[in-house]
Amino acid sequence: MTDNLATERQADIRTGRLSDAEIEQNFTDKCPPLSHAEALIESDRCYFCYDAPCTEACPTEIDIPGFIQQIRSNNIKGSAQTILTENIMGGMCSRVCPTEILCEEVCVRNIHEDKPVSIGLLQRFATDPIIESNTELFSRGEDSGHTVAVVGAGPAGLSCAHRLSMLGHSVVLYNRDQKPGGLNEYGIAAYKAVNDFAQREVEYILSIGGIDVRSGVSLGSDLSFPDLQQQYDAVFLAFGLGGANKLGLPNEDIEGVLSAVDYISDLRQSENKGGLPVGNRVVVIGGGMTAVDIAVQSKRLGAEFVDIVYRRGAKQMGASRHEQELAQTSGVTIRHWAQPTRILLDDRVTGMQFERTELDAEGNLRGTGEHWSLDADIIFTAVGQTFTDEVFGEVAGDFEYQYGKLLVNDNRRTSVARTWAGGDCIFGHDDLTVTAVQDGKLAAIDIDRFLETGQQGDEAWQT
Amino acid sequence: MADLTSEFAGIQSPNPFWLASAPPTDKAYNVNRAFEAGWGGVVWKTLGEDPPVVNVSGPRYSTMFSNERRVIGLNNIELITDRPLQINLDEMRQIKKDWPDRALIASVMLPMNEKTWAKYIPIIEDTGADGFELNFGCPHGMSERGMGAAVGQVPEYIQMATEWAKKYARVPVIVKLTPNVTNILPVAHAAANGGADAVSLINTVNSIMRVNYDTLTMYPTTDGMGSHGGYCGAAVKPIALHMVAEIARNAETANVPISGIGGIGDWRDAVDFLALGASNVQVCTAAMVYGFKIIDDLTSGLSDFIDAKNLHTVSALVGKAVPSVTDWQHLNLNYVEKAVIDQDLCIKCGRCHIVCEDTSHQAITHTVKGERCFEVIDEECVGCNLCVSICPVDGCISMQQLTSGVDPRTGRDVQAEKATWTTHPNNPMAK
Repeated sequence: MTDNLATERQADIRTGRLSDAEIEQNFTDKCPPLSHAEALIESDRCYFCYDAPCTEACPTEIDIPGFIQQIRSNNIKGSAQTILTENIMGGMCSRVCPTEILCEEVCVRNIHEDKPVSIGLLQRFATDPIIESNTELFSRGEDSGHTVAVVGAGPAGLSCAHRLSMLGHSVVLYNRDQKPGGLNEYGIAAYKAVNDFAQREVEYILSIGGIDVRSGVSLGSDLSFPDLQQQYDAVFLAFGLGGANKLGLPNEDIEGVLSAVDYISDLRQSENKGGLPVGNRVVVIGGGMTAVDIAVQSKRLGAEFVDIVYRRGAKQMGASRHEQELAQTSGVTIRHWAQPTRILLDDRVTGMQFERTELDAEGNLRGTGEHWSLDADIIFTAVGQTFTDEVFGEVAGDFEYQYGKLLVNDNRRTSVARTWAGGDCIFGHDDLTVTAVQDGKLAAIDIDRFLETGQQGDEAWQT
Repeated sequence: MADLTSEFAGIQSPNPFWLASAPPTDKAYNVNRAFEAGWGGVVWKTLGEDPPVVNVSGPRYSTMFSNERRVIGLNNIELITDRPLQINLDEMRQIKKDWPDRALIASVMLPMNEKTWAKYIPIIEDTGADGFELNFGCPHGMSERGMGAAVGQVPEYIQMATEWAKKYARVPVIVKLTPNVTNILPVAHAAANGGADAVSLINTVNSIMRVNYDTLTMYPTTDGMGSHGGYCGAAVKPIALHMVAEIARNAETANVPISGIGGIGDWRDAVDFLALGASNVQVCTAAMVYGFKIIDDLTSGLSDFIDAKNLHTVSALVGKAVPSVTDWQHLNLNYVEKAVIDQDLCIKCGRCHIVCEDTSHQAITHTVKGERCFEVIDEECVGCNLCVSICPVDGCISMQQLTSGVDPRTGRDVQAEKATWTTHPNNPMAK
């Protein structure tokens, strides 16, 4: 930290800060899987609760005591079936779910010993061998003759497509990216899903058949919503959010100010992580999972000083406590109550100036007028992404929105006929993989109800 | 510091913990290690006629595990000693010389003719052994040859063989009983009638452990075939305790000293046996699972317990709980208890609710005023103790007596005076 706004430092950005061996070590499995012996001991800790709080807390309502009991009896295939029936991405969710604020938070073991059953790790233990061996647990239903368009091959789209296929419907899955998987493939920190797990899981999901994936196709530019409506019996929209938000400061396009989302995507797709340019001093603006992911990965790529600066306190951060601790134990400094006010630069970025923040009497955030600054070779912005209705073109006005996102009912049905939506693009979504999977599942079940009966089912979707 | 010294049927030992006749007491090497570790005595692995028996060179043991691979039960098909008699006798003689303060008991199993007993009892006694234990319990292998449990299941045979042993032995004779009988009293009584100085029980229980899920054969097998074995360890303790208590509370056998065996793994297990009438205890499985070092916990735990109870000696503890064991017909039917759940300790797992709901009396809530909450419904609770028994939190659910007022389940006043089935109007045999 320095008070000197004009800095003489030379930008220090280069590749190969760490040896290949160090990089490999830094990007191994963040939380290694349980051995068989460990899984048996851990599964024995489950009390098999009645009406279990963990299941209640799971957005996909997995029968958690049930699958743990199946691990205890060495019925691993049955355990995976229990998990994947409710959550076809149970493998990825076991890696990325913030279990400490979901199932594990409410585990009754917390009450006396403050140590929940490691549900996430047990779920991984049960599902990994199934994905690994591509064991068929689900089969395509008898062909219904209906075809559904799914837009977006992220967790919501894949979940919906899989369930629709189980129910006998054909699916055309449009995907903007070259690979399916969405944020699982492009957005999650590399050390959370090693060995190309995201693609292996996608392959497992698609192996059910009946899902025609069309990659490199974007809604709005390559296909229009009215055409989809015309060509298909139903449409499920799960295209996520549009571009990354900007800080709204002058000179934001200058060299050295990068979008965290883009960099994480490059990192995930990189064959040679050591070949990525890494700054020595990295400043991350934001307080969510993406901020933590880019900060920790920068550190693991060899950055010496990494700071996360967030305008509010630890409690308000979108990143869970567990994620914040991960950042801190990785050597990242988290600075609270400061907002960016100025990008410091010569011909490129040299640092960032911040203003201290506080809450006023009404609880609104305000600047205190006190400034400080950080040197930086790279500034990552991780201040969220916005929904854009441009993809709908002229018919954007047909949809109802809330806080700028698509409004859906409990069955994930939009205000437009034969159209459902889920994942990050709907209002009320909490940007978790597990919630997206549930959106896709619920939408598929409702689409099936609609296609089989011709009924709108829940006519009063608006309520 | 409590006095742990023990006298059992006239046999002295520095503590009441003996190693039972089994693989741990097969030879001098092991017994030396046991005595170095602090065991009070050993019952040497059963001696038989020469030529010695032959054991299989395949699996002799298998276990039942908890999920954490803790051994709950152990099954074995090992026979009596497979070493020549003279080697055993020489080693026993040396052991007794080296460890004069420890109890050394010779376990014997001999064919059912008096001539054999007359021949072997004196030469075994000559080792300096402090006593005999007659193996009428071994349920596998030897029983096919008319010995072990084959004798122990027939009271007349027990009495006959015990009389032979007493005739030729000068040291005390303990008769080891098999649990593979429908009623332990006739066989215990037969031992007493034969002149036994004491009984020891239980030997192992007939058992097959499981199936091999790959081959769908019994498990374990020797070259594809298996044979039932003897089951022991923690799993058999309640069976053993019942049999010990039956002998201790029955007038005809109450005076026979009992050496308690069956699932003793820590000092609390020993307290169970002693309080239910055993004068000392024998251990095998726990040593075969953890080694001889467990004696440290057995002795220090028992010593502390005796101190805490102000009993001073082991013998003062013996039989303390026997008067509390009775027949069902003498239980007080006017006594009423209700389960009470301590809401501060409750972790809300809901197991008490679901077991009561599914399998018992629908006497525990799951929701109170819209909240997840488990409370006993006194109008339904029969006091069965199932919720207490399955609650994962120690002390969270307890039983509390209703001493006065109306039992909300029956609507009847709680009666202070005792009333049993023997006088109940529903009993056609009521007195």
